[in-house]
Amino acid sequence: MAQTLYDKVWQAHVVDQIGDDNLIYIDRHLIHEVTSPQAFAGLNEKNRKVRRPDRTFATMDHSISTRSLALDACGPQNALQLQTLAQNCEEHGIKLYPVGHRKQGIVHVMGPELGLIQPGMTVVCGDSHTATHGAFGALAFGIGTSQVEHVLATQTLKQSKAKSMLVQVNGTLPTGITAKDIILAIIGEIGHGGATGHVIEYAGEAIRALSMEERMTICNMSIEAGAKAGLIAPDETTFAYLQGREFAPSEAHWDAAVASWKALHSDAGAQFDTIVTLQAEDIAPQVTWGTNPGQVIGVNAPVPSPDDFQDPIEQESARKALAYMGLSAGQKLADVAVSHVFIGSCTNSRIEDLRAAASIARQGKVSKSVTAMVVPGSAAVKRQAEAEGLDTIFTEAGFEWRLPGCSMCLGMNDDILTAGDRCASTSNRNFEGRQGRGARTHLVSPAMAVAAALRGHFADVREFQE
Amino acid sequence: MSNQTPGFSEHSGTACPLDQANVDTDQIIPKQFLTGVTRAGYGKHLFHDWRYLDLEEKQPNPEFVLNQPAYRGASILLARENFGCGSSREHAPWALADFGFEVIIATSFADIFYGNCINNQLLPVALAKADMDTLFATVQASPDTNVTVDLPQQTVTAGEQSFHFDIAEHHKTNLLMGLDAIGQTLTLDDAITQYEQQQAPWA
Repeated sequence: MAQTLYDKVWQAHVVDQIGDDNLIYIDRHLIHEVTSPQAFAGLNEKNRKVRRPDRTFATMDHSISTRSLALDACGPQNALQLQTLAQNCEEHGIKLYPVGHRKQGIVHVMGPELGLIQPGMTVVCGDSHTATHGAFGALAFGIGTSQVEHVLATQTLKQSKAKSMLVQVNGTLPTGITAKDIILAIIGEIGHGGATGHVIEYAGEAIRALSMEERMTICNMSIEAGAKAGLIAPDETTFAYLQGREFAPSEAHWDAAVASWKALHSDAGAQFDTIVTLQAEDIAPQVTWGTNPGQVIGVNAPVPSPDDFQDPIEQESARKALAYMGLSAGQKLADVAVSHVFIGSCTNSRIEDLRAAASIARQGKVSKSVTAMVVPGSAAVKRQAEAEGLDTIFTEAGFEWRLPGCSMCLGMNDDILTAGDRCASTSNRNFEGRQGRGARTHLVSPAMAVAAALRGHFADVREFQE
Repeated sequence: MSNQTPGFSEHSGTACPLDQANVDTDQIIPKQFLTGVTRAGYGKHLFHDWRYLDLEEKQPNPEFVLNQPAYRGASILLARENFGCGSSREHAPWALADFGFEVIIATSFADIFYGNCINNQLLPVALAKADMDTLFATVQASPDTNVTVDLPQQTVTAGEQSFHFDIAEHHKTNLLMGLDAIGQTLTLDDAITQYEQQQAPWA
């Protein structure tokens, strides 16, 4: 029977099956300081060991400062959490990339950079944006802390198989439109909870044409549509990205690995529970107007009215969102001033994101009314950007250039906004209070974020293209 | 999940109607409370931004449903679709349980949150939209309505009305038995080892 990519990866990892409950083997387990301490405490209480420390990799990213390498730079609570991670890794023999290490970074930037994520693998992390790694054709999903403990102890998880959804993006992406715009347009189409209970496979000409970093941006936000995971079948782009990376298969195994990876695609005639189709040429630069990522419009579209929605619950959500965001129906985004611009997060902090941002930043200066910052996703991205002189372009334009970490995406450090601030952000969540209590977040691509920084209000980045 | 806990069978109590869709885990427990290294003490920060007018949590917001005297002591939370969306933080079910909720009834749940509830013996009940409308109307009209959730029978009863809910068999069993999931899996050690031995050398 014709199988989907999801079927193939799933089937290859079933250790045992008990009714509708499957025991699934986990190839890679990524951990960070926020969601792991209670899991280690649980293990230690029962004198349980980490089964495969060699398949477990740790980094520090959420609770760290982007101004200082000191672990206590953001207070004693954050420091305790970071020290706890270091101690747990030490005790259980787990490789840790701590603050200041040349391989440290946001877990979903650092993992792929090191070649840890390969096609056909199962990958988990106590973090919902683990979906990022589906860009490699790996089945990657976020888990809770109890499950982190389960994986540490057994290298497996109990799982039920999800439904499948095919998101097909046909055509060629127009100039100025990015992977971020594609995924925001997809979430706008299917809704914030539209893929709940599903694993999405992204396919079509426009997806095939994307680089690995762009594919990671797409898969990263699968969770914002409620999906369990997002997948893209591996191809030559994937293999070229992986070859030679530290944890990629060695030269002796490379050809055999690639041969096996080439079978990882949905067969012709494979059945999906749901199919969604978009045309790349129809996608405009996207900006969220509300308080969930599904509340999104093209930059030149008017802010919607609650009456535009059929469902009374959606109408009420829209009313609440407009009130929180301080926007009114019919308003033009070009008339909405921003106070802050954040470029970073596991969605958009890789080198290609920073190059795209810099190409707009070199065309002007940050507006006097805007505070703008760039936070590279990893120490490696930071080094590369500096080697290319991107840091100079940013600082000369008036952006702050920071140390790598999750930063203002969720503000577990001191990179937080205050009530009434309005931020054009390249992150992944525009929830109420996400970047600070009472602060308003608009999700955009890196280039669109810079356009807003220079103009002081939202602007169509296509006006800047050289 | 790590600890053997007593099983969940039936629960009766009053319900608090949080009439909102897409309640995300950032709202359930904001990031500034995620720096802890234990599972305890998150209840006082539950719904912090909505529940308090100030950052110090000294001024309760009288508008917020959890603060309304009629719903004090509720042990069942009602919500609309996609409850628990967003971050995978297990601090969200820890906060709900620590506050005193034992059951969450909603139109639908986000997947990771749902699993996290099961692993913490907090029962997530998904009801059909029309049933949810009826339940909201009942509890909003009479806040002291006794609501009974019967897991073996898979029913929610409020006054004269009774609604059926679906739950996966393995989730139901785990809740009823209060099983130590890790302990169970560790008994399959041989199968796991066998699986590892047949993996490709580069994996």
